[in-house]
Amino acid sequence: MSNRVIKILVPVISIFLGLLVGAIVMIFSGYDPIAGYIALWNGIFGDVYAIGETIRQISPYILAGLAVAFAFRTGLFNIGVEGQLMVGWFAAAYVGMAFELPKAIHLPFALIAAAVAGALWGLIPGILKATLRVHEVIVTIMMNYVALHTVNALIKAVSDGGYKTEKVKPTASLRSDFLSQLTDYSTLHYGILVALAMVVVMWFILEKTKTGFELKAVGFNDQASQYAGMNVNRNIVLSMVISGAFAGLGGAMEALGTFGNMSSRGGFTGIGFDGIAVALLGANSPLGVIFGASLFGSLKYGANNMPNAAGIPLEIVSIVIALIIFFVASGYIIRVLLTRFNKKKEAK
Amino acid sequence: MKKRKFGLALSMLLAAGTILGACGTATDKGNEKESDATGTNGETAEFSVAMVTDVGGVDDKSFNQSAWKGIQEWGAEHNLNKGDGGYDYLQSVDDSDYIPNLNALARRDFNLVYGVGFLMEDAIGEIAQQQKETEFAIIDGVVEEPNVASVLFKEQEGAFLAGVAAALMSETKKIGFVGGMDIPVIERFEAGFVEGVKAVDPSIKVDIQYTGAFDKAELGKATANRMYSSDIDIIFHAAGGTGNGVFTEAKERKKADANANVWVIGVDSDQYDEGKVGDHNVTLTSMLKRVDVAVKDIANKAKEGKFPGGETIVFGLSDDGVGLADSRGAIPQEILDQIDEYAQKLASGEIEVPEHRQK
Repeated sequence: MSNRVIKILVPVISIFLGLLVGAIVMIFSGYDPIAGYIALWNGIFGDVYAIGETIRQISPYILAGLAVAFAFRTGLFNIGVEGQLMVGWFAAAYVGMAFELPKAIHLPFALIAAAVAGALWGLIPGILKATLRVHEVIVTIMMNYVALHTVNALIKAVSDGGYKTEKVKPTASLRSDFLSQLTDYSTLHYGILVALAMVVVMWFILEKTKTGFELKAVGFNDQASQYAGMNVNRNIVLSMVISGAFAGLGGAMEALGTFGNMSSRGGFTGIGFDGIAVALLGANSPLGVIFGASLFGSLKYGANNMPNAAGIPLEIVSIVIALIIFFVASGYIIRVLLTRFNKKKEAK
Repeated sequence: MKKRKFGLALSMLLAAGTILGACGTATDKGNEKESDATGTNGETAEFSVAMVTDVGGVDDKSFNQSAWKGIQEWGAEHNLNKGDGGYDYLQSVDDSDYIPNLNALARRDFNLVYGVGFLMEDAIGEIAQQQKETEFAIIDGVVEEPNVASVLFKEQEGAFLAGVAAALMSETKKIGFVGGMDIPVIERFEAGFVEGVKAVDPSIKVDIQYTGAFDKAELGKATANRMYSSDIDIIFHAAGGTGNGVFTEAKERKKADANANVWVIGVDSDQYDEGKVGDHNVTLTSMLKRVDVAVKDIANKAKEGKFPGGETIVFGLSDDGVGLADSRGAIPQEILDQIDEYAQKLASGEIEVPEHRQK
């Protein structure tokens, strides 16, 4: 069995195993797995509406995944994507509602505001790491809480004591009549194009620029990079800033597309934390993030159709989805087993 | 060797193909069946209702559960079954699920779809414009669309009575209030409760704490711990799942010392069962918010063709929309009589309870 065959077999087997174990869970809890998986499939691809909503769900996942992956490449573990996303969400929502500008300026302005807000939120842990060697995991986790409550307070301040911001002006919205008619009134918006553009941006920075080379070098070995004359501290800060900007844009997807505003929250959105899994599933490469985000986004959205169409309770559905992702993530085990199996055969 | 493996892989792929193919045909059949069913039922169309929960879920022991109870009872009264053409619910895990969930139910041709929770205001507003044939109702929020009925409660009136009960029952003359998020609905609970306490004894201090979340029982427990430790003996919670932590703390104290003077006033539904600890119970009473009554009322009106679209309906004490639960002996009769007097004053309009906290 050649390496290429293994490469193709691994994801196929892991998804199949995930579905199989998920089916066993459903059978044991007394539900019909075939009906369940049909509902899942239809929930993701069933009609144009479902496809529209699935793509909408994928967009912020791509950006959150990029944010985590980018920091990873410089050897930084950015757990703060969640907080960076929330400040970006608020910044975009605020700029979207507070200014009167033509669309060509307003929309980019709102997007940039989100990116800048996210970048600032990434800058603080970056500087602390670079200058004082404070571990970025601790700082970013704490910054998530700061973001959550600061944003809640800001929402209250800009809405006269209310709990949500006004809707963004149409000039700042990523929604369009064209897309919603195309997908039968789904909440699909142009954010997916922004997300895909950022995939290209990340690839370009990492693969085609000197900065990208330095960032990666620091990720591989910071001491060697230092010895080679690179400014390690500058690269750490830069990496966190760019990572934060991606996350901030992820928040803009929610502000300018999905919701059109921001409501005060009792807890985290979860998108930023899922972004860690998305990045790892995608092996921290820009293209891989698209696949990871597609898997996460479609399972997350499609799963809603399982209680709807097949009557399976949400709790069981969560277990099944988690199992599928678990097996996909543990593709490594399957690869090892396949190689070993292969070697044994060849030895005979 | 290599060839055989490749053959194996190929046959597995083929097998996968057939399985997926089978899925495809099964779906088609399913769809046909569905359309048949709706086709034959179309003539004798029953009135069907459904609801979308907020992120609390259908078993939140609070208003989602109460709404679902109302729908189930209404369905049973009208001989409906759970599912298409009868009654059903969908749970939301995340804010972004509201629109797809509401849309899914509207597409399944439910006549009336409830959105439970103020967080769904925007989503209902958007879907109502798209699905003009479906009637919607929002609980705890206001949406101004011709096919949306808005349902509000006078939480302040029920909370006022809870405040009266707490003030009359407190031995330490210190009372606590634990809120979830600081939003208009919860502010009405707080304002009413504080007014009720003041009406009885203005010298009693009410400690007001917000935990910032409806689903963090550990925060509720910590807050309750602090309150009980500072001599507060009665806590009223309006915090959904967070409030379960208040019960946990009170029960632990009661378990450790059967004479401990700790009480909880429950919220939304009768939380007597939450307060059981051995032979004792820490639930003083519960402030009922009869979402089930409201849900049934709107469903009846809509079925008769009198759907109050575009209107806001407020359920108060006099409509049986709010009130206190049976205290099951925790509150002595003479105090119950006093509470009743206040209830009558509220119902007659002699006492007006403010919706907002007094600064």
